[in-house]
Amino acid sequence: MITRPFTIRRVIKESHDTFSLELEPPSDLDGFNFMPGQFNMLYVYGVGEVPISISGDPTKPRMLTHTTREVGTVTRAMRGLKVGDTLGVRGPYGTAWPLAEAEGHDVVLITGGIGLAPLRPVIYYLLAHREKYGKVVLLYGARTPEDILFRKDLERWRGRFDLEAYLTVDRATGSWRGNVGVVTTLIPRSPFDPLHCTAVVCGPEIMMRFTVLELEKRGVVDDRIYISMERNMKCGVGLCGHCQLGPTFVCKDGPVYRFDHMRDVFTKWEM
Amino acid sequence: MENLERILSEHPFLSGMDARHLQLLVGCASNVAFKAGEYIFREGQPADKFYFIRHGLVHVLTHVPQKGSIIIRSRDAGEIFGWSWLIPPYRWHFDARAVEVTRAIALDGKCLRDKCEEDHDLGYEIMKRFAFVIAERLEQTRLQLLDVYGNGPSK
Amino acid sequence: MSSAKAKSDAAGAKPTSNRTPVIIHATDLQKLVELLRDKGYTVAGPTIRDRAIVLDEIASVDDLPVGWIDQQDNGRYRLAKSRQKTYFGYTVGMQSWKKYLYTPMRELWTAERKGHRFALKSSDNGDTRYALLGVRACELQALAIHDQVLTEGPYADATYARLRESAFVIAVNCTRAGGTCFCASMGTGPKADTGYDLALTEVLEGKQHYFVVDAGTEAGAAVVKGLPHEAATAEQVAAADQAVAKAASSMGRKLALDGLKDELYAHFDHPHWNKVAERCLSCGNCTMVCPTCFCVNVEDSTSLTGDQATRTRRWDSCFTVDFSYIHGGSIRASDYSRYRQWLMHKLVYWQDQFGRPGCVGCGRCITWCPVGIDITEEARLIRE
Repeated sequence: MITRPFTIRRVIKESHDTFSLELEPPSDLDGFNFMPGQFNMLYVYGVGEVPISISGDPTKPRMLTHTTREVGTVTRAMRGLKVGDTLGVRGPYGTAWPLAEAEGHDVVLITGGIGLAPLRPVIYYLLAHREKYGKVVLLYGARTPEDILFRKDLERWRGRFDLEAYLTVDRATGSWRGNVGVVTTLIPRSPFDPLHCTAVVCGPEIMMRFTVLELEKRGVVDDRIYISMERNMKCGVGLCGHCQLGPTFVCKDGPVYRFDHMRDVFTKWEM
Repeated sequence: MENLERILSEHPFLSGMDARHLQLLVGCASNVAFKAGEYIFREGQPADKFYFIRHGLVHVLTHVPQKGSIIIRSRDAGEIFGWSWLIPPYRWHFDARAVEVTRAIALDGKCLRDKCEEDHDLGYEIMKRFAFVIAERLEQTRLQLLDVYGNGPSK
Repeated sequence: MSSAKAKSDAAGAKPTSNRTPVIIHATDLQKLVELLRDKGYTVAGPTIRDRAIVLDEIASVDDLPVGWIDQQDNGRYRLAKSRQKTYFGYTVGMQSWKKYLYTPMRELWTAERKGHRFALKSSDNGDTRYALLGVRACELQALAIHDQVLTEGPYADATYARLRESAFVIAVNCTRAGGTCFCASMGTGPKADTGYDLALTEVLEGKQHYFVVDAGTEAGAAVVKGLPHEAATAEQVAAADQAVAKAASSMGRKLALDGLKDELYAHFDHPHWNKVAERCLSCGNCTMVCPTCFCVNVEDSTSLTGDQATRTRRWDSCFTVDFSYIHGGSIRASDYSRYRQWLMHKLVYWQDQFGRPGCVGCGRCITWCPVGIDITEEARLIRE
């Protein structure tokens, strides 16, 4: 439960407000193993600690990758770190996306904004074990074309024959040549079998709410839909009480939840 | 004409419509094609058509002073677009432009409006379907307005 | 998690009728304190300061609030002199034993910066061995609840576990109901039945002043052996039992547990929450005095030169606006949602999380609420 010092090996600017850090574990750790969906508590010396989802490749544990938006004091300080600096890491914590339960099914990943970051490990995993799954479909909505993350990954994924990736933006200027509209507009005609799929949904709560509505319109049952929740965390291990969402602790009962368990909680205001 | 009838009858928007009404619709239909970058209609022009896209990509856009062209929505194969033909004063409120080579079936709005006035049953069938489409668009637009990925306070 | 739970288990395993209660004369209570101090314990117990009963280190029984009783009501706390010179005639003050076992503030670690790197060192706070004198039945339940919350999950708080294991617990059975208590309806008192090393019931009848003592553990029995004691007579035991029964039947409040969870869940948006929200100041007093509240915050700070950073754990309260803050705003921004969160967690979510309500019926939140909000009353009104 004590923070370990990791060394920053690469800083990547993903968009105007989003960046990734590639971290090397301390020498006594043989790589950093995690399950897609889990998060770490990242500590910036003297500033503070925040929970950030792991966004790297679970099949390549030599490096640990985190992608985050610059939204507060700690993430702003994190943005100022350089190659060679130390970042404290505690984890991995939390529940994982249902990769075993999804075997044999189509997997549809629906994400918006920074939500693609916690889903990227899932895509890496699925592609590394491709024969175990049916169709793999990615529906990704960004705010504007300038906010699209992981362009290189997206291009590689779109180039494959065993993965279908669809992209839309909420709005664009005249030079954009792709889809414009909220990510839920991609769901009605998306090529997956609603009766044999696992839906993995990650993004702002409103986006997840409407995504679930569209999935259910297509006949996906709620025990095959998984979402990822976010709450204020201080300890990350179920002791400080901050991350409580109804009767659950997001740090240990989540962040990944099966939707049928969350249905009653999800629509309540200020829970 | 027979070809158009088959294509239209298979479209989800018209599912459940009886053959007689479908015939009336086909009477107002024609095939159209647009080059990449070509404007399909412009703001302020009389709105006298709506489109079933068979192939391609269309942007609905508007020009905002100091910000330039803003794309509001895209429509691609299988979708219909254009509903200003149904609501007075029957003028387009936005521009529509083909992004790539686009083929569509255009339905003549004036022709269809006249037929709906004559045959109210047909009118009701059309109105029902468009009410659903407009409601869906309203919800999607509200989601766009919420700007859920944006920075700053969510309240 | 060994000893604290073992204490509860061991005490529960031996049926009371097989254990022989003894009596210790009131005049020998001081010997108990001295014996514990000789064994290396810091004795903590109730004492009076600023016209209220607080918990503090006890050097002798003269430090105890002898002859005092408390008068508690909604948002009201007074001490009054009793005609009886009892040692434990009052009930609970604003503080609970979490003051010693899950301290208000604790340094977790320090970090030293060396160029681009930093190294962390766990902080050693020098754990004290406490003898807790005067733990009420409701408080024993609160300790058991904290044991569960803080040590039985996937991650445990090692410091709490150490302090808890080394603590010597002397329970005191209440012979008078406090004005705001409702332990009887919660099933948490007033008689202590498990989780203590020693349990004392004070009896003062005319010239007779003694304690009926039950040893709940081997350690407790060993302490009794070191004190002047005699076997308790049936009359003496009966007198003790009667006094506790009187307390049980004179509680002024109750909380009905049957159907509590389902009804409160169903009334999550009940208009009555608004009524409470109009009065609640979100001051957080209830969370500070509650013996089962466990929410903590962690704070990071640096020395002036920046060469050393420290992380400290501090008590926190779900009533603060920041408690649920994530980028963009707080999830529970309104007073309404924060009072609701506290009550729902304490009475409902706790059941889903830990298999029992988080409330032990001690009444502190009712007494120390500046506007006198009563959890039993609010729960009743929301269920209607």
